[in-house]
Amino acid sequence: MATPLVVSEVFKSFTMHLRDGIKLPVVNDVSFSVASGECVVLGGPSGIGKSSILKMLYGNYAVDAGQILVSHKDRLVDIASADPRTIIDVRRHTLGYVSQFLRTVPRVAALDVVAEPLVARGIQAPEAKEKASDLLARLNLPRELWSLPPATFSGGEQQRVNIARGFITSHSILLLDEPTASLDAVNRRVVVDMIAEKKREGVALLGIFHDEEVREAVADRILDVTRFSPRKAAA
Amino acid sequence: MTDLATYNFAYLDEQTKRMIRRAILKAIAIPGYQVPFASREMPMPYGWGTGGVQVTASIIGPEDVLKVIDQGADDTTNAVSIRAFFQKVANVAVTTHTKDATIIQTRHRIPEQKLTEGQVLVYQVPIPEPLRFLEPRETETRKMHALEEYGLMHVKLYEDIAHNGRISKTYAYPVKVAGRYVMDPSPTPKFDNPKMHMSEALQLFGAGREKRIYAVPPYTEVVSLDFEDYPFEIQKFEQPCALCGAQGVYLDEVVLDDKGGRMFVCSDTDHCEDRREHGHAGELLAQNKEAAE
Amino acid sequence: MTDTPLLKVSGVSKFYGSRIGCKDVSFELWPGEVLAIVGESGSGKTTLLNCLSTRLMPTTGSVEYRMRDGNFRDLYHMSEAERRFLMRTDWGFVHQNPADGLRMTVSAGANVGERLMAVGDRHYGNIRATANDWLTRVEIGTDRIDDQPRAFSGGMRQRLQIARNLVTSPRLVFMDEPTGGLDVSVQARLLDLVRGLVNDLGLSAIVVTHDLAVARLLSHRMMVMKDGHVIEHGLTDRVLDDPREPYTQLLVSSILQV
Repeated sequence: MATPLVVSEVFKSFTMHLRDGIKLPVVNDVSFSVASGECVVLGGPSGIGKSSILKMLYGNYAVDAGQILVSHKDRLVDIASADPRTIIDVRRHTLGYVSQFLRTVPRVAALDVVAEPLVARGIQAPEAKEKASDLLARLNLPRELWSLPPATFSGGEQQRVNIARGFITSHSILLLDEPTASLDAVNRRVVVDMIAEKKREGVALLGIFHDEEVREAVADRILDVTRFSPRKAAA
Repeated sequence: MTDLATYNFAYLDEQTKRMIRRAILKAIAIPGYQVPFASREMPMPYGWGTGGVQVTASIIGPEDVLKVIDQGADDTTNAVSIRAFFQKVANVAVTTHTKDATIIQTRHRIPEQKLTEGQVLVYQVPIPEPLRFLEPRETETRKMHALEEYGLMHVKLYEDIAHNGRISKTYAYPVKVAGRYVMDPSPTPKFDNPKMHMSEALQLFGAGREKRIYAVPPYTEVVSLDFEDYPFEIQKFEQPCALCGAQGVYLDEVVLDDKGGRMFVCSDTDHCEDRREHGHAGELLAQNKEAAE
Repeated sequence: MTDTPLLKVSGVSKFYGSRIGCKDVSFELWPGEVLAIVGESGSGKTTLLNCLSTRLMPTTGSVEYRMRDGNFRDLYHMSEAERRFLMRTDWGFVHQNPADGLRMTVSAGANVGERLMAVGDRHYGNIRATANDWLTRVEIGTDRIDDQPRAFSGGMRQRLQIARNLVTSPRLVFMDEPTGGLDVSVQARLLDLVRGLVNDLGLSAIVVTHDLAVARLLSHRMMVMKDGHVIEHGLTDRVLDDPREPYTQLLVSSILQV
């Protein structure tokens, strides 16, 4: 089985220059991989660095040392050292990310927010919108909201827009940061189904799920982040 | 001739005439390009043709025959006084007949009679810079001429069409000379623009206040700017000249009384008189004749 | 992903006497990429923008641009005529103050049409149709086509300036604080518009701003400047989420949260 995501010996710390330059270690020596069709869930108490790992993988956080190898268009890209242009291309074609919060853009309708990643990949707007409609319908977002910008939506509604946006593409790696946090039971189940479908399609998924029921339903294995924690190592 | 002794021939000193002739030669060498020159104080105010007078003074010789027109007429104040000026300072022959003149100084008209080789038409120019009203910086307009950036001229014409449905500019209508420089033909009616094109006569332009001289040599292309779908057109008059019956000439409106009576007559007085001498009669003249009989 | 940059900047410095305007700036800009230059007033970001856009001659360094024929040309070895032609066809420059980039006394339609006429378009009907099209794209009612920008609000003027710049389908647009003088709701609308146009047209852009939210929304990549030096440079998300330099951390932590 292919392994599109390999993380090896990654170290991350923050240097807080505004606080006399104190150095806050975040994670040490992170090494793991995710195979195609597999859903790996990051486990451990909050504040242990789970979100930080996702952000490093997506390129939002720089790393101090180590490699984050992603299979991108028949080659391996090291996110840890890639230039911004490569990272943007990897994000467009290979690496998807569903964050906890939707970064709303003023005036853009929910339907267009969802369709945008497809349009960015060169798919015609009508086709992209049709696919976006299917996803929003499946996630039970009231149809009258589709043409409105999501800025004024409730937390759960925004999250469903965000999920639809993350799931619309056929990225081969998908990072999920608590996608079900503010959803009701019905919609949680929809998301669980969608994740299962992605697995069947051979997508490598890496996620954070605090909801135990969801975690049980989607995880092939749980990776305990505690073992990468520098605090644990110090203790 | 004794009263001439107090003046240098044609008023200007020889050094000044040399300087102006150099400017004229340069202007002829670069058709449509505005050549700066050290414009002199003349015994008349700016706006009365100081530029044209300096050009004429620099090219006129004792053998020349001078005609001066103001809006086509030989008998208006400006024309009469400039003609008198040159009679006094150069003692040259003057005429009102276009065909007899070697130099014609004009304020805003080109004679109806076709000019021929050897004749010089001297224009009095108030504002030589065609780009001035859209781009007030002289440094920038000079650069635009140098780099042939003339898009702005069409912006002006675009505005005309947008606001009036047609190019409403009727005088000082911009032209491109010899395919290179855009030039302001001075406030002549656009009716006369086609006469500048491939003219047999040399055309010189003098702007005294602005200190610029420019020229169109004989047989030079002069093209009025326009749009493909709004081509350049000259004014058309519905009726012929009331005095001489001429058609296809530029007419002035003359108010006859305070009851709305008016007539349209040739702006070019010499042309009109010449036609009448040759027996042409317009409507008004014919009526008067009938009344007299 | 094309494999040739559009702009290659190497070692650009500008000194004002002994004072530094900007020092030793090098980067490449790729087609379709939006680069934000951020920093406080006096950090040299506008000096750099002017050096890149040929509005100011750098003291040292070179700026090479890939022309439409595929060849790179050093901007400062081009003739002035070529540079000016480039600026009004293949480039755009959006000023902070729209009055600097518009002709305030000619109509909106003529403002948009000017570049077309400058490159030789001589069909009034076509020029007007294109102007109408662009006014619509920047959300200005076509009934305003014959009005002068003097009669427009700040936001409309800025949108008109953008239309005027984009009408010749430039490949590179420089923007100097494009949302600078606008109130917040107008800013949001403009940003959204610019973002959409940049995406649709595949433009490359260099945007100078002191507003990190603008940088986040518009740019792929950003450079942080301080005292004339580029102190941090990277993916916009990375610079804003994980700022490395003390000054960048200060900038990011100074954003007011609403």
